Amino acid sequence: MNILALDTATEACSAALQVAGRTLARFEIAGRTHTEKLVPMVHGLLAEAGIGFAQLDGYVCGVGPGSFAGVRIGVSFVKGLALAHDRPVVDVSSLAMLARPPLALGAQQVTCAIDARMNEVYVAAYRRSADGSPEALLDEQVCAPADVPAVAGAAVAVGSGWGSYESALRAAVGADLSAIDAAALPTAADALALALPRFAVGTTISAAALLPRYLRNKVALTLNEQRAARRG
Amino acid sequence: MPEPVRPPERPVLGIETSCDETACAVYDGERGLLAHRLHSQIRLHAEYGGVVPELASRDHVARIHELVRQVLAESGVPAAELGGVAYTAGPGLIGALMVGASVAAGLATALDLPLIPVHHMEAHLLAPMLEERRPTFPFVALLVSGGHTLLVAVRGVGDYELLGESLDDAVGEAFDKTAKLLGLPYPGGPELARLAEAGNGSRFKFPRPMTDRPGLDFSFSGLKTAVLTTLPQAPEAADRADLAASFQEAVTDTLAIKCRRALDATGYTQLVVAGGVGANLRLREKLGALAQQQGFELFFPRQAFCTDNGAMIAYAGWARRAQGRATHAGPLFTTPRWPLAELRPPVAA
Repeated sequence: MNILALDTATEACSAALQVAGRTLARFEIAGRTHTEKLVPMVHGLLAEAGIGFAQLDGYVCGVGPGSFAGVRIGVSFVKGLALAHDRPVVDVSSLAMLARPPLALGAQQVTCAIDARMNEVYVAAYRRSADGSPEALLDEQVCAPADVPAVAGAAVAVGSGWGSYESALRAAVGADLSAIDAAALPTAADALALALPRFAVGTTISAAALLPRYLRNKVALTLNEQRAARRG
Repeated sequence: MPEPVRPPERPVLGIETSCDETACAVYDGERGLLAHRLHSQIRLHAEYGGVVPELASRDHVARIHELVRQVLAESGVPAAELGGVAYTAGPGLIGALMVGASVAAGLATALDLPLIPVHHMEAHLLAPMLEERRPTFPFVALLVSGGHTLLVAVRGVGDYELLGESLDDAVGEAFDKTAKLLGLPYPGGPELARLAEAGNGSRFKFPRPMTDRPGLDFSFSGLKTAVLTTLPQAPEAADRADLAASFQEAVTDTLAIKCRRALDATGYTQLVVAGGVGANLRLREKLGALAQQQGFELFFPRQAFCTDNGAMIAYAGWARRAQGRATHAGPLFTTPRWPLAELRPPVAA
């Protein structure tokens, strides 16, 4: 099975290709240049594998949480790719992607936090399930670092949120932290690894149903709210 | 990069997501427009009193897949048979543009099709080409929308000269802001036009800005101020209708005067009116009368193609493609600002 994975949810831009049982991957820090990097990156991977898009069986897409605009670039691009040959898609959370490497290396529990700006973090906690994949202990959410619910147990901490708000997060989570990797970024290779079992069991989705996971859903005030704010 | 061998007569898919309409269409050189679909976000933004860019982008990404799938199915053109994928590259809301651009890039990449960035206003001024009765080059185009007020000499596809533009508010913006002053709900422009129908347009005297001196530029922000200062004289609903009608008369008179000047200056005998305000019935009426009196030909796209739509993007993409100006998936080009006067294809074959 040939599967292409992409992620553009953070400052990283990455792609990974599973072809005939091996994995090829690309990763770059893109800042805000995802649109420039994505197409050449994908072309490079397929050229290296010597296959065309028609030979892909499905796509994996990072759906955030992360930068709204960044996530939409990846999601929209994958929608176009999948539409072309009517292929199925698997969506993967950036927080789950962050959790995968430490769990694969033997950590029992991971607390992932991505800086969500506006003094908030996107946060989730996972434990290692029987097959090694992340199993949610704390469902992904957006909140102030001090409001992150406590998660008991020894854990590894990963993600940019830990760089921005380490002390507040430590106090809130209350877990015994064995290591903090604030420089970790989600990668398409991790998304691919998390998605392959879903292709195997057929729990894919249509590209039509592929949507960003913003978590922060209040982005503007309605006219009534604007009026209320002025009165207050 | 040399243009790949692909017959130019193949149909082009067009995708428009520059503001608050998600739209797409398939245009074929021989058979014309094969399918077009549009989803308007007007109701989504109404409770916010205007377009919220982040919400616009979110809605585009949620709707676009189904719209593209529908036009492909309806046109009977399998995606692999397309001659190219065109998308609005600007000007517009950058986050919104990015959605259509990325979907287009995905399709073009997977199918190895030319990717065609289209200038939104170029698409508007070529929109009359979608009609059976269409102008021939050269002609003068008046582009009037919420974001633009332009008079352009159109000599051919890609050959445009900016004759005049608004120095401040766009016409549609002036309509919307004035509607807000009159307490009309969003989007105000069409509401104001509706209110004006019942009003006496000669009751209040408003200026015809910048018509007392030569030149083809516009200025509409003063008109809005004039309405504001007249507002206390219009306390009743009937007064408001008169005010709306008087404002509309001032705007449409001004546009008509400048159009006539542009035709005189160029010596062209055809006038194309495009953009959302081109749907304004009073403007159509006034230009129709002027055309008869002055002996020039007048062209409007149908109402649905005056406002933002996918058909004009598909057409403009097809026209660009027919010129051999398209690119194979290079860096994805989008820009929130893109002056029409600087319109050269960002990536030429």
